[in-house]
Amino acid sequence: MSLLSLRDVTRVYGLGGAQVNALDGIALDVELGAFVSLMGPSGSGKSTALNVLGCLDVPTDGSYRFRGIEVTTLDRRARARLRRAWIGFVFQGFNLLDRSSALENVELPLVYRGIAPAERRRRAREALDLVGLADRGGHLPNQLSGGQQQRVAIARALVTEPSLLLADEPTGNLDTARSHDVMQLLSRLHRERGQTIVMVTHEPEMAAYTDRIVHFRDGRVERDERVPPREVPCPA
Amino acid sequence: MSRLTNALRLASAELTRNWSRTALTSLGILIGVAAVIAMVGIGQGATASVAEDVAAMGSNLLMVEAGASRGPQSRSTARPFTAADLDRIRREVAHLSAVSPQVSASATAAYGGITYDTTVTGSDSGYLLARGWSLDAGRAFTEGEERSGAAVCLVGATVRTEVFGGSDPVGAQLRLGKTSCTVVGLLQTKGENTMGMDQDDLVLAPVGFVQRRLVGSTDISSIVISVDSEDHIDLALAGLELTLRDLRHVRSDDTVDYTIRDTREMVAHMSGITTVLTGFLSAVAGVSLLVGGIGIMNIMLVSVTERTREIGIRMSIGALEEDVMLQFLTEAMVLGAVGGAAGAVLGVALTGVGASLLDVPFVVEPAVVVGSVAFSALMGVGFGYLPARRAARLEPIDALRS
Ligand SMILES: Nc1ncnc2c1ncn2[C@@H]1O[C@H](COP(=O)(O)OP(=O)(O)OP(=O)(O)O)[C@@H](O)[C@H]1O
Ligand SMILES: [Mg+2]
Repeated sequence: MSLLSLRDVTRVYGLGGAQVNALDGIALDVELGAFVSLMGPSGSGKSTALNVLGCLDVPTDGSYRFRGIEVTTLDRRARARLRRAWIGFVFQGFNLLDRSSALENVELPLVYRGIAPAERRRRAREALDLVGLADRGGHLPNQLSGGQQQRVAIARALVTEPSLLLADEPTGNLDTARSHDVMQLLSRLHRERGQTIVMVTHEPEMAAYTDRIVHFRDGRVERDERVPPREVPCPA
Repeated sequence: MSRLTNALRLASAELTRNWSRTALTSLGILIGVAAVIAMVGIGQGATASVAEDVAAMGSNLLMVEAGASRGPQSRSTARPFTAADLDRIRREVAHLSAVSPQVSASATAAYGGITYDTTVTGSDSGYLLARGWSLDAGRAFTEGEERSGAAVCLVGATVRTEVFGGSDPVGAQLRLGKTSCTVVGLLQTKGENTMGMDQDDLVLAPVGFVQRRLVGSTDISSIVISVDSEDHIDLALAGLELTLRDLRHVRSDDTVDYTIRDTREMVAHMSGITTVLTGFLSAVAGVSLLVGGIGIMNIMLVSVTERTREIGIRMSIGALEEDVMLQFLTEAMVLGAVGGAAGAVLGVALTGVGASLLDVPFVVEPAVVVGSVAFSALMGVGFGYLPARRAARLEPIDALRS
């Protein structure tokens, strides 16, 4: 059984004449342990699809099953719980709380899950260690480089051990060298821990780290491409 | 529980980070709470002072005046009382410890070239008992002096100061208009009564003297009666009514031509006035508290708008609606409580200042202080509800996009 499966999903923005079909009949299956990238021109519906996958948004029409659960029939609250239980997010703009230290940012998801402080701290340190920032826990986001901030954001998404890690252009704000750092990190998480990852990217170079590339165009899946097994690419 | 401690921690971090805004937002509540506490405190002080004043007037006191009552200050004119009426009351009504006449006349007191306009009250020594009045110097009237209406008198503290200055008045010959009397004693100071009338501005003389030399008739306008114990007041009142109705040939309720006032009624009347006044001022103060609450709502709404992105981030990493709700409600509650606590301190201080300015006892009810702090916190929650709900209802993706 797939971890998630979209069937005939549409997402329509706006009303009447100004309607935009951001998603226009999408079908997509992602297996547990997959490493998938979504590519396509700007406005082709990649972010919209990712938001639907992350239960942040609901399709206008169609079916979305996550772990066998039909998400489209859930209410807002149930969706929030589902999201909290299984899904981790990484955003292009990092979205760290800038008044909280790196460690506090990573701890935050555990706070909302009612984990005791000592346990919280331990797991947050572990997650920071995993992304190679064990020594930066006390830094505020603005005291970290963009790449480091993105790694903190990844640690924050991973600290809850989600079944699904979603990342919307995680390298979009980074230079090439930092981008490769982040992709190597994601790739390692996938390889070593079997982490399921779905990410959006514009850059073929970054998509090349993944096992499968789904090409979007005008709210549809244009092409679903398996990336042949390869050697681990090296940073340019 | 850890949810709440976490929310408190977040709230205090947010509020200290923005401390000047916190201070300004709390200011409204602070002023409101301070005003309420001060108003209630001063009002309670005033009530206590009324009770003290009435006690000073003499306890278990009944006053009988000729004429039917037409409201608190006015009476219809009616036949005055006579000495025989008083004798009958003494004979027929049980549980009375004193029944004294009261006849008043204004006169100009003069001594050693100093003149002073005052009131001369004619009565007997029972009057001192009824009004709980003791002497600072000298003696009261003798029975012989009372019976004959001798030219002797007791002076109140104000008359003593005005007319005699620092010197000892006992033994002096005090002129009262065209007549004069020998001062035999000095009345203890009573101060002002609740109406602000100086109770020490009088000369007390035997009733016969005042009737003959100053009024020119044997009329008695009012009777001052002391009941032997508080428990007997109702009994004494009933007996008094019976005797008076018979004395004055009253056949039905609407021909009653006398008025009985008792101390309890005066206390009730006076504390009624202070209660209404206190209530009114507290209501005004309450409005400023309300305005303070609206101030909290305003700032919280601004804060929600400013922090939309933060809310989006929190929701996308696992905060549920109720977490966001709790965070903002807690913030509003802390804002209210901070303002309330500071307001309580200021309010108690204001009560102290007000009490000393108005010369009323300093009364602070702990319940009022605790209550207003709790109430401010509650107001914070109440007025924080709308902003908090607005925050909690944000869609995470919309919030993140902002
Ligand atoms: N909140 C919204 N309201 C109205 N239209 C929207 C909204 N969000 C997205 N759209 C529209 O839906 C379409 C798909 O947007 P989406 O953000 O999914 O594109 P994308 O593939 O992520 O593009 P990009 O590469 O630029 O991020 C676009 O035409 C966009 O204008
Ligand atoms: Mg996008």
